[in-house]
Amino acid sequence: MSTSAQIFRQNATRWAGDVEHRHRIEKALRGYEIKRDEYKGRFQSWAEARRAAAAVKFEVINHLDKYLEQFVKNIEARGAKVFWASDAREAREYILQVARDNKAQFIIKSKSMTTEEIHLNEALQEAGFEVFESDLGEFIVQLREEPPYHIVFPAMHLTRGQISDVFQKKLQAEPVQDPEALTMIARRLMRQKFCRADMGISGVNFGVAETGMISITENEGNARLTTALPRIHVAVMGIEKLVRSMDDLALFLPMLATAGAGQHLTCYNTLYGGPRLAGESDGPVQFHLVLLDNGRTRILADSEQRDALHCIRCGACLNVCPIFRNIGGHAYGVTYQGPIGSVITPHLRGLLEYKHLPFASSLCGACTETCPVGIDLAHHLLQNRRNAVAQKPPLLDKILFFGFKLLMKKPWLYRFGMGMARLLQPLHELIKGTALDPMRPWTKTRQTPKFARKSFRAWWQARNPQS
Amino acid sequence: MNGSREKILGCIREALKTAAHPPEPGGKPLPSPAPAPPQFRQWLPRVGESFEEQCQLFASNAAMLRAVFERVPSAAAAAEKINQIARAEQWEKIATHRHPLLDEVLQRVEVARLYTDNKYALEELEACPAAVTACEALVAQTGSVLVSSHACGGRAVSILPPHHLVVASASQMAPDLLSAFAIVRQKYEGHYPSMLSFITGPSRTGDIERILVLGAHGPKQLTIILVG
Repeated sequence: MSTSAQIFRQNATRWAGDVEHRHRIEKALRGYEIKRDEYKGRFQSWAEARRAAAAVKFEVINHLDKYLEQFVKNIEARGAKVFWASDAREAREYILQVARDNKAQFIIKSKSMTTEEIHLNEALQEAGFEVFESDLGEFIVQLREEPPYHIVFPAMHLTRGQISDVFQKKLQAEPVQDPEALTMIARRLMRQKFCRADMGISGVNFGVAETGMISITENEGNARLTTALPRIHVAVMGIEKLVRSMDDLALFLPMLATAGAGQHLTCYNTLYGGPRLAGESDGPVQFHLVLLDNGRTRILADSEQRDALHCIRCGACLNVCPIFRNIGGHAYGVTYQGPIGSVITPHLRGLLEYKHLPFASSLCGACTETCPVGIDLAHHLLQNRRNAVAQKPPLLDKILFFGFKLLMKKPWLYRFGMGMARLLQPLHELIKGTALDPMRPWTKTRQTPKFARKSFRAWWQARNPQS
Repeated sequence: MNGSREKILGCIREALKTAAHPPEPGGKPLPSPAPAPPQFRQWLPRVGESFEEQCQLFASNAAMLRAVFERVPSAAAAAEKINQIARAEQWEKIATHRHPLLDEVLQRVEVARLYTDNKYALEELEACPAAVTACEALVAQTGSVLVSSHACGGRAVSILPPHHLVVASASQMAPDLLSAFAIVRQKYEGHYPSMLSFITGPSRTGDIERILVLGAHGPKQLTIILVG
């Protein structure tokens, strides 16, 4: 078993046993579910809107070269500097270079999972830059020196008490517990940072090919400030995040908000096209767009799973996933948690190293059902399992299936085996759950089913003596 | 310097040589070709056709979002409203920008002004308790205000001061996001401002125990005054 799988298993066991944590997540998600269903219900047809969104994404992803070139040509014409990064290192180095060239000292960030993916904060800090996350949830987990717990709700695992503690410890804040008071502490502090920052880094929710603009979705206004006050704006965008036109956003913005946060539209949905233009009084004078591949073209090359690139990172599949709801976001140990993470992480970081993620699924299909862009996540999890086994069949599986095949092919052997098992089962009671038990991983937390006194075969023959 | 442009485009073209399996959400094949945006209207939330219906929808959305929406008959009435708020909140200086409707309203408002159309000092804007701006459109379907860096005083004025007050004219009411995009397309085609922002209610967060708090980073209050 590989290291990341071992760590995953330990963490998952620990988190799943934390009943308070589970209650907290259940409670947080219950409110989300009510609002999500209310806003879905406002659509004249959510099902058709979903198929339309899937069709638009299918069109764009399957002509990605065309749309990317159109997008880049248009955004460059608006004064953006576009950098194509084939991996995380190239992206980090370019951003560090921009920071150095401009003698930036103080960097403010708005929420971006893509920058988490390339571990940008660590790289900037190591190079001596001060970096502040401005999204409240991200700011809290940054203070706690933790990765985001959820791609949309980074601090959903924390209580107000824990947040108050970290504010007191790291910010010498007043010992307040009220969410409003805590939010205001962060607001006041961030105001000073925003006014001092010379570089702002953001993610991108959608790239609009038609007009050469990026769209950023948020609730707090921190992305608006990040892109308004500092003199340099760097946006980091996965190459798959495109839509055809501005008008496509009329569908995608409400769907993202509904599926992701249970809102009809999030508070700020903003299109940016490059740096400030002649005649505009504020905004950054430089705009850099980093286009990131980092394994996305590998997903594109897997024609079976190409639609995983339709993902708009709404987080809906995490919210409905029984695994996520039990083990939480930190147990995964990767940037993208939940079903979508278990589909794409093996592509981004290596199938054999991360094959435990697709196996950690009940295949209930809730993710497939909820995905606003129609990604068949549950099937992709199965395909990842199949591909992992095909790449490197586990020895134990091979032995087990060899034995199973033998039993199935020889009825006398099957009858003999079942008879023996029925006879020996009482002996299993003596070692059940101990180190001697060959079934221990199963029996340590579960009951072993008892063999029936009479086998189905014997029972059937007794009922139908003529057959 | 454009990095690995050719390499990435090469990988994409190589990958796309194999056709993909289209997903079938809900067990039905995807519409092909992908729907044109005007078709989206039949699936998105319904919006009434008359101005009155749209105004009502906007008002109910605004209320739900905890924004304040007021309809007034004239610029003078709008000015009176702003004066009331200015007195109640003891504004000493407001941030604003040049715009025919705003000029007409604000000439009757007796509060000092910081104009953000031209170069301004950030500290001065930060010190303003309120901003009064125009907008590009109002969106009935979502209760949103569309502002731009070109016509609404730049990027910072609508996000930095704690109270954002929008003055709109009745002709700016758009039924949905598609119509709002049509308005800016017609106005700017090919020369879009560097920022277009849909503002849907006052700034908010739910990052602490999923409890709603207004005024996370942006304005705590959003007031929309519709003239006419």
